[in-house]
Amino acid sequence: MAEILFREAIKRGLAEALDSDPSVFIMGEDIGEYGGAYAVTDGFLKKYGEKRIIDTPISEAAFVGAGIGAAAGGLRPVVELMSISFSLVAFDQIVNMAANLRYMSGGQIEVPLVLRAPTGAGVQLGATHSQSFETWLAEVPGMRCVCPSTPYDALGLMRTALKDRNPVMFAEPALLYPMRGEVPDEHYEVPFGSANIQREGDDVTLISYGAGMRVLGKAADELAGRGVSAEVIDLRSLNPVDYDTLQTSVEKTNRVLTLDTARRNGGLMAEITAELQQRSSEWLDGPVVRVGAEDVPWPYNRSLEQESYPQPDDVLAALSEHLGI
Amino acid sequence: MASQSQTKPRQKADKSAAKAAKKSRNGTAASVPYSQDQLLEMFRQMYLIRQFEVACGEHYAKGDIRGFLHLYIGQEATGVGAVSPLQDQDYIVTHYRDHGHALARGLDVNRSMAELFGRKTGLSKGKGGSMHLFDAAKRFMGGHAIVGGQFPLALGLAFSQKYQETDGVTVCFFGDGSTNQGIYHETLNLAAVWKVPMLFVLENNGYGMGSAVERVRAGSPDFYTDVDKYGIDAVVVDGMDVVAVREATEAAISRLRAGEGPLFIEAKTFRYVGHSYADGQKYREQDEVDEWRRRDPVEAYPRMLLEHGLATQAEIDDLKASVDEQIAGAVKFAEESPQPDPEELFDDVLA
Repeated sequence: MAEILFREAIKRGLAEALDSDPSVFIMGEDIGEYGGAYAVTDGFLKKYGEKRIIDTPISEAAFVGAGIGAAAGGLRPVVELMSISFSLVAFDQIVNMAANLRYMSGGQIEVPLVLRAPTGAGVQLGATHSQSFETWLAEVPGMRCVCPSTPYDALGLMRTALKDRNPVMFAEPALLYPMRGEVPDEHYEVPFGSANIQREGDDVTLISYGAGMRVLGKAADELAGRGVSAEVIDLRSLNPVDYDTLQTSVEKTNRVLTLDTARRNGGLMAEITAELQQRSSEWLDGPVVRVGAEDVPWPYNRSLEQESYPQPDDVLAALSEHLGI
Repeated sequence: MASQSQTKPRQKADKSAAKAAKKSRNGTAASVPYSQDQLLEMFRQMYLIRQFEVACGEHYAKGDIRGFLHLYIGQEATGVGAVSPLQDQDYIVTHYRDHGHALARGLDVNRSMAELFGRKTGLSKGKGGSMHLFDAAKRFMGGHAIVGGQFPLALGLAFSQKYQETDGVTVCFFGDGSTNQGIYHETLNLAAVWKVPMLFVLENNGYGMGSAVERVRAGSPDFYTDVDKYGIDAVVVDGMDVVAVREATEAAISRLRAGEGPLFIEAKTFRYVGHSYADGQKYREQDEVDEWRRRDPVEAYPRMLLEHGLATQAEIDDLKASVDEQIAGAVKFAEESPQPDPEELFDDVLA
């Protein structure tokens, strides 16, 4: 067991795949000579060479699409987007091509593509670099969508992604790259569709994913100080969602709050909330409470950005207002 | 049909005529470097595509085929000329006007028709339809219906061929309409940077849906003159001349197999029918359609074969009768095929 950074966990997963499977290659903007905008692929070009570590032009639609074609041609590409906000430039390829090809070909075309991208607000990058489009892509059938919140899950989910035969959106919360966490030396994987109960509790269920887990962790600490026992659950996998784990928890605590660090309006938790309401309405002591970012573009200014970004206090206030906790 | 050809052996014209002919072909002077079997096979394919689509139109009108139906009628020489030199290891990626390329590649006629009918026996089990024909075993990688969306798929397939060190090539068909998408230029650039074995085949039929090229394109009406800016060699061919298209494609493919990076062919062609079946063609004059139609490859090409002694009328008639029977059989197959079972809705979403 060693403590490593979140970015190192992703790097380890990629290196394992590069070492074990010659059909794995990585491409993206400045991932080679530059070493990657977040240094995840630093040193790879020297170690694995130009054939497998490919710097692309700033041409997201073309290189994401090329990754899809290479996957359909029998390779196992890992394509890095410098920001998930840039996925918009390649959305046609991701949605119309990667996700649809298997279905519209009657199962003939396979796209084992891992698409990595930093996601989320909180680092003052303004409106065009702070969004969280994993919430959009999680809706798309024909692909998987995951988002880790710890180095352990980052490595475990990456190992699963690199073995999966489907396109996988692997969203990496930009705020978490410097996070430290323990990772076992022995091999393990984190399967898709498996939520993680990060903290067990009896009084209220708190659900989020990615960078939202830090917010929930702080809120749960505060609640514990008041004698309220919160169960904190990380979705980890946004498609498929592990509704059984969520439902079991909700029917134990009878109270639930969901948190998006993306915009609340139309966010992923709208779907989670609706599903839990339908599954467990008779178990609930109050409404499913939702907290999320404000319905505005992301501002650059630090205090404005933090005003929009959901804080532990927002979670506590919502619990107090709607559930009397 | 089999019995007919047994009782009446095919009369073959003098084989040497194929090589010797250096005569006018649709107004261009060139040799015909193909055997009679090859020449007749190209006619068979063009006629098959034409008759397949005539049947499609009839069954669209009857409501057996729904959704959008984009016919390739008029462009057959381009598809057949460009597909016929390909080998098994080569990929084809195309646009939504895809029936011609599919049939030229030898996709099963019955299953192609069944796909248009939306039946369980279709190439994509009824889930793709006219615009999304696939046959992975034949490396026919679709039918793509977002204009220009197919470019990077083809790029990636060509990339995989280079990465895996095969000598396969990828042929990407696209229309003039797609050239105003950014992805066209992005793909040209990246294909040239990576030096992948990709052949761009532009089917310039003069119209992106109802918009004439000159109404939506700045500069020259030619496209092949653009791509040298990317360091890509390009040629223009008469897309109504199947032999010319085939010769140009063969020359390009042998260069691609030798590792000469991406290449580009612009085929000037025309569709006589509307963009889709619903198109009333208000955007052009009948004279223009008639002018092109005089050079209809399905009519002009067999005439050329006869004039030059490269085929006999009996051979052509036999071949047509055989194709007509095949199409009737495909329609029957599609009509009699079952609808997909409701539970198939959930198949093939994920691995």
